[in-house]
Amino acid sequence: MSDEQSDLTPAVPEPPKPVATRRGMWSSGTGDTSGYSRIVRAVDWPAASEPPFGSWYDDAYNRLLALVDDPFIKVVLDRGELTFFVPREKVVEVMQALRDDALLRFEFCASVSGVHYPDDAGSELHVVYHLQSMTHNRRLRVETACPDADPHVPSVVATYPAADWHERETWDMFGIIFDGHPHLTRILMPDDWVGHPQRKDYPLGGIPIEYKGTTVPPVDARRNYR
Amino acid sequence: MGIEDKIPQGVVLTTLEGVFGWMRQASLWPATFGLACCAIEMMTYGAPRFDAGRWGQEVFRASPRQADLMIISGRISQKMAPVLRQVYDQMPNPKWVLAMGVCASSGGMFNNYAIVQGGDHLVPVDVYVPGCPPRPDMLIDAMFKLKKDIVAKRPMAKNEIEAWEAAERAALVAPATHEMKGLLR
Repeated sequence: MSDEQSDLTPAVPEPPKPVATRRGMWSSGTGDTSGYSRIVRAVDWPAASEPPFGSWYDDAYNRLLALVDDPFIKVVLDRGELTFFVPREKVVEVMQALRDDALLRFEFCASVSGVHYPDDAGSELHVVYHLQSMTHNRRLRVETACPDADPHVPSVVATYPAADWHERETWDMFGIIFDGHPHLTRILMPDDWVGHPQRKDYPLGGIPIEYKGTTVPPVDARRNYR
Repeated sequence: MGIEDKIPQGVVLTTLEGVFGWMRQASLWPATFGLACCAIEMMTYGAPRFDAGRWGQEVFRASPRQADLMIISGRISQKMAPVLRQVYDQMPNPKWVLAMGVCASSGGMFNNYAIVQGGDHLVPVDVYVPGCPPRPDMLIDAMFKLKKDIVAKRPMAKNEIEAWEAAERAALVAPATHEMKGLLR
């Protein structure tokens, strides 16, 4: 959609570049326990969609285009669900417009969640917002991304107060810093915890378990699980 | 400690232990403390179908200061561990701990960074109940074993101190579980 992006905005890659290719059932290394090394699966992004989308999607798309200057990186309409990929410096503006405009009126932010794509260079960490419009009975997904080296995304708590704890959880689990959040502290893990457990490179942990006469190592030390 | 500390060891203290044990086992008060899915079975244990009221134990005290039994009903997360220990510390002596289910006993299926690998890392556990989750029947069985074998036979005064010291000495020389030999029963 956008012909020029600022340096701050990591580009969300265009399909069909796969995010990752996975081989075998259990292992990302050599030990394919299927024995055949034939289980190969590419993890793809859904293709970007172009207007017209049909249904109410065009109305929302055009309205947001009129309200916010150049809001989209891309728009994906997949399985009847609309997703706006938004550069992170536009998130606050886009959310404000989505909530306040009478033709959009997404009053309810149902969830804020994080995703970690370690192979997606330049935008390893994604933030996904699920919005619902009670007025129009519509649901919408807004997604933004930031690089692992600079994990900052503006907070939408000023627009959606319900996002407060969701953003704390996303910080806790993924280490994404929401600038402007009133008190960005851990919510699930203890306050002095080190690391962010839902990242793909976070170890599973665990301790060796003693049985009579033997000791069984923790799961991720037993096999090369993915 | 009370007046029983003044009693010399012997037949009087042993008789007193018997009387106190008999009374204590008839009035156990569990703390209201549900941690996970096992707590659902624990509620069923108190509800009409399994009916802990049959032997007068259906009431869970809402304050640990009124309770003398802690049922660890579920997995203990690292964040919950200090809370569990505080609840235990707030309970007055004498007190007992029942680890309900595999997670409370050993961490169960959750051998990972987030879960404490068994309640006995935090508090002294008297009874372990296996199962995932244990049926209320098993909790009833464990409760009666706790009452008859542990609560009713709790030593008092000097006998209690001796029992603790003997247990400590035995634990120091006992082999670690992975060093055990022989039939692996």
